[in-house]
Amino acid sequence: MALVTVTIDDIKVEVESGTTVYEAAKKAGINIPTLCAWFEGGHTPGQCRVCVAEVEGQRNLVASCVFPVADGMKIHTKSERVRKARRLVVELLLADHPQECTYCVRNGICELQRVAEQVGVKEVRFSRTEFPEEGMIDRSSPSVVRDGRKCIGCMRCVTVCENVQTVSVLTPAWRGSEMRVVPAFDLPLAETNCVACGQCILACPVGALYEKDDVEKVWEALEDPTKHVVVQEAPAIRAALGEEFGLPPGTLVTGKMIAALRRLGFDKVFDTNFTADLTIVEEGNELVKRVKEGGKLPMITSCSPGWIKFCEHFYPDLLDHLSTCKSPQQMFGALAKTYYAEFAGIDPANIVVVSIMPCTAKKFEAQRPEMKDSGFRDVDFVLTTRELARMIREAGIDFTNLPDEEPDAPMGEYTGAGTIFGATGGVMEAALRSAYYIITGKIMPSLDIMPVRGLEGVKEASLDIPPIGRVKVAVAHGLGNARKLMDLIREGKADYTFIEVMCCPGGCVGGGGEPIPTTMETRAKRAGALYVDDSQVQKIRQSHENPSVIKLYKNFLHEPLGHKSHKLLHTHYTPRGTNIPHREN
Amino acid sequence: MKEERDELLKEFTPEQVAKLDEIIERYKSKPGSLIPVLEEAQMVLEYLPVSVQKRIANGLNLPFSRVFGVVTFYSFFTMTPRGRHTIRVCLGTACYVRGGKAIAEMLEKTLGVKEGQTTVDRRFTYETVRCLGACGLGPVVVIDNDVHGRMKPAKLKETLNNYQ
Repeated sequence: MALVTVTIDDIKVEVESGTTVYEAAKKAGINIPTLCAWFEGGHTPGQCRVCVAEVEGQRNLVASCVFPVADGMKIHTKSERVRKARRLVVELLLADHPQECTYCVRNGICELQRVAEQVGVKEVRFSRTEFPEEGMIDRSSPSVVRDGRKCIGCMRCVTVCENVQTVSVLTPAWRGSEMRVVPAFDLPLAETNCVACGQCILACPVGALYEKDDVEKVWEALEDPTKHVVVQEAPAIRAALGEEFGLPPGTLVTGKMIAALRRLGFDKVFDTNFTADLTIVEEGNELVKRVKEGGKLPMITSCSPGWIKFCEHFYPDLLDHLSTCKSPQQMFGALAKTYYAEFAGIDPANIVVVSIMPCTAKKFEAQRPEMKDSGFRDVDFVLTTRELARMIREAGIDFTNLPDEEPDAPMGEYTGAGTIFGATGGVMEAALRSAYYIITGKIMPSLDIMPVRGLEGVKEASLDIPPIGRVKVAVAHGLGNARKLMDLIREGKADYTFIEVMCCPGGCVGGGGEPIPTTMETRAKRAGALYVDDSQVQKIRQSHENPSVIKLYKNFLHEPLGHKSHKLLHTHYTPRGTNIPHREN
Repeated sequence: MKEERDELLKEFTPEQVAKLDEIIERYKSKPGSLIPVLEEAQMVLEYLPVSVQKRIANGLNLPFSRVFGVVTFYSFFTMTPRGRHTIRVCLGTACYVRGGKAIAEMLEKTLGVKEGQTTVDRRFTYETVRCLGACGLGPVVVIDNDVHGRMKPAKLKETLNNYQ
């Protein structure tokens, strides 16, 4: 590419031709405000007009996020004309936006607030639109709430839903001032193909998309003296929760997280990592069984509920490829109300299971009709990382100064293999460690399986497992990448034995319930923290060596894939298809 | 597919459905053919309800959301049946000050519909527009392709009688 020289606010910069004004300004040390642009997702529709700049010789102001520079171009980003225009644009947006900032879920992390401050809005000169809630707030989904009143029309959610996840539920509909972002036929979200991943929430610059908040229900359970409330936390929480309290991304806060949960009043603080290890033992044995007995291959992981719903909608013909293992969250719920109830001598009717998940789809999963194998609703309430942070703040807990505490027995102990479930490739790596042992009776030569780590969309690896021979595996994260592998299977071209799919980019550390902002960079840092937990913090790195898991089999389950396992730890799937409206039973 | 066909047959004849399928088949392998398909489908079916949009989406292998987005964006497309005749009243500045508003009110009363709606007997679909570029003739009413200038409320009934 040819280099061109442009002058931005009297600063000369040399950039490749075709570079946008926005990028060139960045190179000159100038941050132009934008609202609609989501650069990581390649989404620069140039429609919010906040990023306008003045180019000499151009009659109109240009949208800097899309306007390409040319040699010798003179650009002004802080002239009076530019500043007035930006303010006007933001004032118009504010006039059409509910003024609920103080109690909005995005208060303090709202990009509209930040941009309004940045462009120096001091007043809104226009009369405000009335905001009837009627028909504008969609609370139908157990996972994601849509508040059309707050939408600023940036279309980032549409891009992530369509291009990254290839679910394509959301679309702009109607036009002009009547334009709204809605699911097809303006259906409630619960009646669509929405997989509840919540990536739209992470993409939204304002409070137009957010998780269904279940904090009050959890407070209520904690207040109820007749209830014994136990809590589990997914791997990805410990790698991200610190961000909510000002710690840098990638800070591992396992001990503080446990301490905070205890202070909130949970009777027992267990760990989803424990059932992650259990999942590996069950799933590893299932894989070995399928290989030995000629079962359906490739077998695909089933821990990610957004992925499961995606498969039920778009690949209902391939559901028998999915492992029958429940996710660690659901295994935990089923065991808490059976194994733990028995262990502690507590009536399971009085046990309340709360999950802390990086995930909005987990809220959906917990209320799937079949998830009550303990005789009760296995998991009662699911909170996202963000909701837990809100509870901790509400309780006035000084998170960063908490001491490190340990989880409770008998469902709190975990290994390095369990903790890496939270990163893309982690389940594959953990499963291979144990499958190798189950088949060969030996420990793998190296427990680090580097080719399945990292943020590449589809990863492949192969390894020798004597006496089976060469085993080929694949890992996908983000549903667009999963689709590539599923299409291969449909065409009969997938020669893999085992596939891991995680719904969200980066795996659970990039889940729709994680702290905002969640970018590719924060995803990588959170994953890094989990690999540190695996290799440096945990002494045991193979799931089948978890002493608490061994005890669970000895005292309760008796054997992997046995009768009790089958009843409590395995599940079935629902072919849903795409012919919405789909009504839940 | 069967369920989808049954849904269609509630509103359209088997011949119409066959024609719709023929249109989809013809454009199926051409990328970017959604708008021409919708256009031809509306010629045959007169309107594009959810069942038709689903048929087209599945036929062209597009998400429902894409089809719905396009149908609602272009005012040419309609999801509800249209009348045999379309009445457009101009409410641009010139027509408005010269009595367009009174014409609009009179029409709404006579036809018993609001803007964008169709009469029960499907004789008229009533719409308003902002300026037709015929300000000198204001207030203007356009019925199908006929421009009626200098319209007066008293003249309306007689004019409508010409459109059965």
